[in-house]
Amino acid sequence: MIRADVVRGPIDTAEVLAGVGDAGDGAALLFVGTVRNHAGGRPVDGITYDAYEAMAREVLRAIAGEAAEILGTERVAVVHRIGTLKVGEVSVAIAVSSPHRAEAYEASRYVIEEIKKRLPVWKKEHYSSGEEAWVGGAVPAPVGPADHR
Amino acid sequence: MALAVRTLFFAAYRDLVRTSELPLELADGATVADLVAELRSRGGPFAHLPPDPAVAVNRVYASASQPLGEGDEVALIPPVAGG
Repeated sequence: MIRADVVRGPIDTAEVLAGVGDAGDGAALLFVGTVRNHAGGRPVDGITYDAYEAMAREVLRAIAGEAAEILGTERVAVVHRIGTLKVGEVSVAIAVSSPHRAEAYEASRYVIEEIKKRLPVWKKEHYSSGEEAWVGGAVPAPVGPADHR
Repeated sequence: MALAVRTLFFAAYRDLVRTSELPLELADGATVADLVAELRSRGGPFAHLPPDPAVAVNRVYASASQPLGEGDEVALIPPVAGG
């Protein structure tokens, strides 16, 4: 059961991890992305994530499906939070499980890297100085999933 | 004949043009590139939109040469920064 969600409230990472796993799996991985307290040498108090929500859900589902192919199981769960988050809060959680660890590591890494390349989500950093700025990122290309690999 | 589409703006682009959505009428056969040129020709903050931004048509990334259809949802996508 592939899970791909964009949410506005806090992410329960234990619950995301509990969404994967099987008696036949020997490896389960949880990746947790958090808001750090600095960026480019500047102290940061928080981040506001904006999204093209309808598209972000579709793209996240597609990424999770591609990860499932790498993984060899359907046990992929990915949740991205949007809205304003404080330092230390969880912005993204990715859980995967598979019979062996190699595929789990590869699939988990694939999901976060593809999120950074093509998920229509943006972040505005709130600096301790009171300033704020949208952070530049990746320019998504109009290509199929195979070309992203 | 004209072609009506919805244009969506997010993040830095929304802050720039001070709106999240704009209906546009384009000539039949207009492409993504034509839409961007039309927006930039409005002047003011619109002139500061990039000439070749990433664009999604109906929630799928599209090339500049993609033709648009009646009722399409066309989003200008600033560089993404999820995760």
